[in-house]
Amino acid sequence: MNNLILSNTVRFIVLVLLQVLILNNVNLFGYLNPLVYITWIFLFPIKKNKSLFLITSFFLGISIDFFSNSGGVNAAATVFIAFIRLPILKAVLRKTDFDYLLFNLRAISFDKIFLYITTLTIIHHFILFSLEYFSSNAFTTIISTTFFTSIFTIIVSILGVFLFVKKK
Amino acid sequence: MQQIIYFIRKFRYFLLFLLLEILAITFTIQQHSYHTSKFVNSANFITGGFYNTVNDVNQFFLLRDENKLLIEENVHLKNLLNKKEINYTKENHTVIDTVKFFQKYEYSVAKVIKNNYTNRNNILTLDKGSKQGLTTDLGVINSLGIIGVVKNSSSNYSTVLSILNSYSKINVRLKNSNHYGTLTWNGENHTTAQLEDIPRQTVIKIGDTIITGGKSAIFPEGIHVGIINDFLFENNKYQQINILLFNDMTSVGYVQIVDNLQKKEQNQLEQQTNNE
Repeated sequence: MNNLILSNTVRFIVLVLLQVLILNNVNLFGYLNPLVYITWIFLFPIKKNKSLFLITSFFLGISIDFFSNSGGVNAAATVFIAFIRLPILKAVLRKTDFDYLLFNLRAISFDKIFLYITTLTIIHHFILFSLEYFSSNAFTTIISTTFFTSIFTIIVSILGVFLFVKKK
Repeated sequence: MQQIIYFIRKFRYFLLFLLLEILAITFTIQQHSYHTSKFVNSANFITGGFYNTVNDVNQFFLLRDENKLLIEENVHLKNLLNKKEINYTKENHTVIDTVKFFQKYEYSVAKVIKNNYTNRNNILTLDKGSKQGLTTDLGVINSLGIIGVVKNSSSNYSTVLSILNSYSKINVRLKNSNHYGTLTWNGENHTTAQLEDIPRQTVIKIGDTIITGGKSAIFPEGIHVGIINDFLFENNKYQQINILLFNDMTSVGYVQIVDNLQKKEQNQLEQQTNNE
């Protein structure tokens, strides 16, 4: 139990620092930065208190906002994917009663992990860039930025999950 | 009453979600308005201090470029000094008379500890704050040209509204005529900004230099901005004028803060006239 709290706290801090110190300065092709901090949402255990999960994901988003001067766009997008994570996971796994107690992303097959991460990433990025641009004129820019940033984020976060999460 | 409590208990998870979303969107909207983003910005103690430490390491690798810029500016200033003919008539002799003290602008130096140019609305963070005399609405420039306007300041850090921001509107004019317009940014390319509201009778050519106009109380007149890269003249009107910025906004290190000592006087007078 304590082990879970500790590992999630450490992961929270490491991902925020990784995001603001390194990944926000990648600027691939001039403007693409992967938003890998949302991996924390993907990996959070399911049986935990749901309200606590929402509040901590709000803090995850707002701490990224503090560092990148973006108001509350990261917080809004992160809270939203935290809210829809469970329904999406249920839909992807096509089971009503999966193993709540031993949720481990590595125990799921690759195509299902990929689908799960892709859906959440695209929803997150779309909300984030829509709020950032905040105008209907920029619709094509929002779509293209969402698309390319999502590809980058998905690649980096899947690599991260496979390299750093232990297969039990 | 019991119904309401039951309702809240039943939907508390969804209500918590709504509350957090509304909070986040409130912060977003606050950030969009010019002066009210008091809460979420990187001019606070934790994030500012953090970027300061990281920047100390990064700055070490940029010393060579920084030195080159300083030398270039020194050469430029020396040339200016030599162009000026010094004549020792009585009027030009140094007379210290505080009543006739005509200094209008005061410059101070600060370091950019957080630079941003990939978003739609970019904001920079400086390592000086209200303790060092920085307040809102001071101009930020470097030896190459303008960078932005100070937006918020805490006691030790300040945030700067970069010219690469949709809310940045700066009065600029052509160097070879007195026609002036507004400098904006459409968010597409961090090397080019746009010139708007230029009167249609203005004759412009590709390569014309754009400088600050000095119509506002923030920037002194004549700070370099950029050159006209291309423009579109349609329906008897300039549709879009792209300006190639002199400044490389991806690499700004040390900057100068311009404080207009007569700003208060000018604003007061203008307000008084408007109210009459």
